[in-house]
Amino acid sequence: MQLKNPKQLATLQKKYKAAEERFPKKVLICCGPGCLASGAQKISDKFKQVLKDKRIKGFSVEALKETGCHGFCEQGPLVIIEPDGTFYTRVKTKDVEEIIEMSVRKGETIDRLLYSPNGDGQRIQRYHDIDFYRHQDRIALANLGKISQCNIEEYIALGGYQALAKVISSMKPDQIIDEITESGLRGRGGAGFAAGRKWATCRKIESDVRYVICNGDEGDPGAFMDRAIMEGDPHAILEGMVIAAFAVGSSQGYIYVREEYPLAVVNLQKAIEQAEEMGLLGDNILGSDFSFKIRISRGAGAFVCGESSALMKSVAGEVGEPRAKYIRSVVKGLHDQPTVLNNVETLATVPVIINKGADWFKKIGTKKNTGTKAFSLVGKVRNTGLIEVAMGTTLRKIIYDIGGGIIDDRPFKAVQTGGPSGGCLPESQLDLPVDFDSLTEAGSMMGSGGMIVMDDKTCMVDVARYFLGFLVNESCGKCVPCREGLYQLHALTVRVCEGRATEADLEKMEKLSNQVIIGSLCGLGKSGPNPLLSTMKYFREEYLAHIRDKRCPAGVCRELITYEINDKCTGCMACIAVCATHAITGKKGEIHVLNQAKCTKCGACYAVCKHDSVVVS
Amino acid sequence: MNHDLSKLPGIFDRYPKHQQSLIAVLQDIQKEYQFLPCEALEETARVLDVPLSKVFSVSTFYNAFSLHPRGEKVLRVCVGTTCHIRGAAQIQEQLESQLNIKAGETTPDLKFTIETVGCVGACAKAPVVIVNERYYGPVKVSDYKKLLRGK
Repeated sequence: MQLKNPKQLATLQKKYKAAEERFPKKVLICCGPGCLASGAQKISDKFKQVLKDKRIKGFSVEALKETGCHGFCEQGPLVIIEPDGTFYTRVKTKDVEEIIEMSVRKGETIDRLLYSPNGDGQRIQRYHDIDFYRHQDRIALANLGKISQCNIEEYIALGGYQALAKVISSMKPDQIIDEITESGLRGRGGAGFAAGRKWATCRKIESDVRYVICNGDEGDPGAFMDRAIMEGDPHAILEGMVIAAFAVGSSQGYIYVREEYPLAVVNLQKAIEQAEEMGLLGDNILGSDFSFKIRISRGAGAFVCGESSALMKSVAGEVGEPRAKYIRSVVKGLHDQPTVLNNVETLATVPVIINKGADWFKKIGTKKNTGTKAFSLVGKVRNTGLIEVAMGTTLRKIIYDIGGGIIDDRPFKAVQTGGPSGGCLPESQLDLPVDFDSLTEAGSMMGSGGMIVMDDKTCMVDVARYFLGFLVNESCGKCVPCREGLYQLHALTVRVCEGRATEADLEKMEKLSNQVIIGSLCGLGKSGPNPLLSTMKYFREEYLAHIRDKRCPAGVCRELITYEINDKCTGCMACIAVCATHAITGKKGEIHVLNQAKCTKCGACYAVCKHDSVVVS
Repeated sequence: MNHDLSKLPGIFDRYPKHQQSLIAVLQDIQKEYQFLPCEALEETARVLDVPLSKVFSVSTFYNAFSLHPRGEKVLRVCVGTTCHIRGAAQIQEQLESQLNIKAGETTPDLKFTIETVGCVGACAKAPVVIVNERYYGPVKVSDYKKLLRGK
């Protein structure tokens, strides 16, 4: 059905809302990336299979929802019973029948499936009461975990596309831009450029053609917020894009999705078709004379394509090489036309600002960093998952209150933000408020929102080596400072890891880093040395331990460590089974022996040993 | 090597015939054949009216494309940051030594290919290995048998 005016949308919302209310009880199965990797699809299939032959009053298979990422990936697969928010964790297929009988039919709770924060038997029933959720503020992720993936009816029932109706029926493009500018919304992709200003610049340029592109090339390793939104709430992105297009006067948009996210492409495509069918996208949107089409452009596995000018080259079917930006891409972007490029999270926030107003949005966060930011909290932290907090929340609150501290109560060592462009911040920076400006000042960067927590078993030199290696692979090779400079920095870092470096190398690395920063063409090179510089600044003694003492304090750098088997060995043969080079010998029940000459220090035995008898020195 | 090119016209029909469709066309070809056969590149250049050199440069620039046949099972080891600090390198090494190939290579019998990938966004389950389309995680070094057997 094509909606001809905003009024029809309002009527439709009422209808869908009533349809939603038919079932007082709902079962939500999280089908986000984390839960899918833990087998959520099987759980959902089992639910459908069991419900097929059952009759339960006030419940049917229609009240079963496969939702986007609910956030608490660590505890997945998750099953949530609404309206009370009963939160079942690590659900297995054999639990499904019991959940249907006990929770759905009888309204009772299954204690053993509830979340237990300390593993001591104390259990929490509702997810709202769990620390991981309690300290969050959700705007961009608000619908995630609540509605079925790409179901336009549920999205509309929750008030979806109302912001679009509002701008089409009662706002002028300049008013929209003013509202976004007033809200202080800054680009969530990393650099934090004011979204309103970008739109205003684009609108002012004389041109027949303007483009709106959504940047879904979430390349930072360790970040999956955009993936979750694209898969779980694609309509929010589409709505944000249509509003942006209406504001700047564009009739063609693209969503650039990275190759590694096939499900995001499928769900976005479905969402586009649904929206077109209802007249919320395409020709004469909501009966107005405004038309806007969206096409999906798939990336092909190049990190540099997250950079604006490279991304636009890639959309045009070319090699993704950035260009010097004397003229910004908002002026000359795709096909040399004015182009607004916004990140997934930025666009998903736009409809909320239009609905609730700039003043409401400004109250959240800090003065120069309004609103909220989504992060993927991962690494050696107890509660890993997807979170969204008000800007200005401290790292300590995020890692300890929401994240529950470090796994096994090990000491905190560093938190890495901003991916390969960011840096590692030590314990002394834990009270830093998380916003664009504070993180940059501390030598890291907000980036797109990956937050990787590291403990004392993580070697900071190795982390720097890792990121530089990543960037050497991903550098497009167009400009010399990035292509050759990062290569040399990587080689020097490898030298430190292998215990072959001198203190003079450290100076060399600092000097070269600065040259790469000054000389590189695009953000990849300009920020590439950040992981190195920040670790050298905050963890210098660790570099010196590698250089002076030929020692890796974290026990990671292979050339500087040896594995040994001590007398705690019970002779369980587990390490023998995993040793690829047959370096370990021994009989069952007898202490095993490790032949250092054959050992490749792969760490397999160390990882598999349950008796702490394989040790690193 | 000669390949059955009869599926190409169907792929070309899905897109407008110009440079902008190049990446999408190559992706579909790769999906069909698991790699980009030389003859298919020549045909793409002809149909889209793009120089062959440009087709070659695009197919070698992007990591997703392979100019060599890949195995029946593609084991993609995620080497994103989270997977890295949780031991992805050891898993990669174990797979490499079991199959006696390096990442980016295919076993001579065309059964297995090992690849690395920057980050697949399943960090909460790190370290992650994807076998064809299926995600495994958190993977332990000793899980290699399951991965090689897995669908």
